[in-house]
Amino acid sequence: MLYLIEQCLNGIQLGMLLFLLAAGLTLIFGIMDLVNLAHGSLYMIGAYFAATFAAATSSFITGAALAVAATLVVGMVLEVVAIRRLYGRDHLDHVLATFGLILFFNDLVRWIWGPAGMSLPLPMEMLTAVEVLPGVFYPAFRLVIIAATLVVAVLLYILVMRTRVGMLIRAGASNREMVGALGINIKLLYTLVFGLGAALAGFAGLMQAPILTVQIGMGENILLLAFVVIIIGGIGSIRGAFVAAIIVGVMDTIGRAFLPDLVRTFVSAGAGSSAGPALSSMMVYMLMAIVLVFRPEGLFPATSK
Amino acid sequence: MSGLFTPRNVMVAAVLVLLALMPVYCALTANTFLMSFFTRVLILGMAAISLNLIMGFGGMVSFGHAAYLGIGGYVFGILAKEGVTSGLIQWPAALLICGLFALAVGALSLRTRGVYFIMITLAFSQMAYYIAIALDRYGGDDGMAIQRRSQFGDLVNLNNRTFFYYLCFVLLLATVYLVWRLVNSRFGLVIQGARSNERRMRAIGFPTFRYKLVCFVIAGVICGLAGVLLANFSDFINPSAMNWIRSGDLIVMAVLGGMGTVLGPLIGAVAFLMLEEVLSRFTEFQGLILGPLLLAVALYARGGIDGILMGLRRG
Repeated sequence: MLYLIEQCLNGIQLGMLLFLLAAGLTLIFGIMDLVNLAHGSLYMIGAYFAATFAAATSSFITGAALAVAATLVVGMVLEVVAIRRLYGRDHLDHVLATFGLILFFNDLVRWIWGPAGMSLPLPMEMLTAVEVLPGVFYPAFRLVIIAATLVVAVLLYILVMRTRVGMLIRAGASNREMVGALGINIKLLYTLVFGLGAALAGFAGLMQAPILTVQIGMGENILLLAFVVIIIGGIGSIRGAFVAAIIVGVMDTIGRAFLPDLVRTFVSAGAGSSAGPALSSMMVYMLMAIVLVFRPEGLFPATSK
Repeated sequence: MSGLFTPRNVMVAAVLVLLALMPVYCALTANTFLMSFFTRVLILGMAAISLNLIMGFGGMVSFGHAAYLGIGGYVFGILAKEGVTSGLIQWPAALLICGLFALAVGALSLRTRGVYFIMITLAFSQMAYYIAIALDRYGGDDGMAIQRRSQFGDLVNLNNRTFFYYLCFVLLLATVYLVWRLVNSRFGLVIQGARSNERRMRAIGFPTFRYKLVCFVIAGVICGLAGVLLANFSDFINPSAMNWIRSGDLIVMAVLGGMGTVLGPLIGAVAFLMLEEVLSRFTEFQGLILGPLLLAVALYARGGIDGILMGLRRG
């Protein structure tokens, strides 16, 4: 039972990280109609920046803040240099171009930071375990991830639903020509949205960095999960992304934790070790396929169109 | 027939002649590396041509085409490990299973459009990838070595490099012929019509879903054949054959060569794999050049190499 609670919390924590990635992806897709495979590269870059800045300033918080800012800048530069030219193109062009960007960023990071990978050590106060329920201890840092992501989610909601910029973003999603005709600098707006998505991805990367190592290609598998999330949630819908992220995160984690035992009870003892995790990864994709077959627009279709 | 010696036809002919004479050159110079390199080019070229049948002509952008490479290879590998070494059983079994997989994937995913289609095909290939990882008996994550290549009786020996190369070459030509006949047939015209305006095709009475599904299955089977060849050639199969990066590579080959023609993806495969190989000689950071190049192709050269050659003709 304790194990189940712990795994549920782990699942929520993974779901929160997925939400950070998926929110950026779904904003970029919903507003600019852009399939960005290179989103995982921004996640990776955020983690590398955080490890570098935290080592330089010997403070996790400062390092993290600098890393988010730096990823924001990288995202905006990327948008101006390359991404901007892809708007209005065929999705296949997006896939090809951003696939190229993945190759580029992987080798750029290898060139700058070397192939070895890095680690991002946590400050002492986050290394303790907190008693979340009587008798249930949980690592403080994972709680920090959940809390910080919730804060970001709320801020994002306020930004998109309650501010003028958010109103413009939503307006841009439903009719970009009209927004442009009303004298809004739509190019700048798009650059900002892409930068925001990049910053969210970078933030997710640096939050995950202390738990896993910082390495090349770290963004690729989680990017696929984030895509699954936005497809399940409905492309363009932040609310859908949030719900789907929690579902996928919990499902993946619970599957990983309990399927191996389940497999072992049915098949031989040795089979569970690798078949279990593989089956749980499969489950997530199966869920996506089922959702797509029965609700091709996702669980929470965006209201535009 | 002044149109016969266009830059594009000359290029295609040059590539085909080059591929046909490669073993002669390799035999003269005893260069086994080039030989195996070009065998891979032929096999992956075949896979790219099959992808282009659905992507270029049918407008169905499948981001999971590498799954068939893996499934074809795994069916062959599993049968070989279980003692079934006859190619006459292995190959049809592999193609059949690839066809069934394509039928299932196509039946579900062709209900969706655009980016959803891209993502659902990706999801199915990821499922195949994870199933392969779960196959503990067949090496799991590490994959497995295949002890014996397919046996076809005494006359045919797949262990002979030159023979294997020409087998791939002949199968590639057969694929090109098949796809060329297909896209120029009534069937192919329906597929292409559905790409440009599906609603209109349905309105004039074509059940486009069925046409597209059949096309999807044909492409899967051809790619499965490429998978069997690849696993035979490398004597090895592992899950990463189905990794989504592989599927991305196939898309790159097809687009780089040019999606408008049957042979474009073959040129793309030659160009992409050679570029990768040459770049790896100069730098270990190939992505720094390859990545921006793909970006440039996506931005400025939609027609790929084929489009550039066509442009030369127009002057």
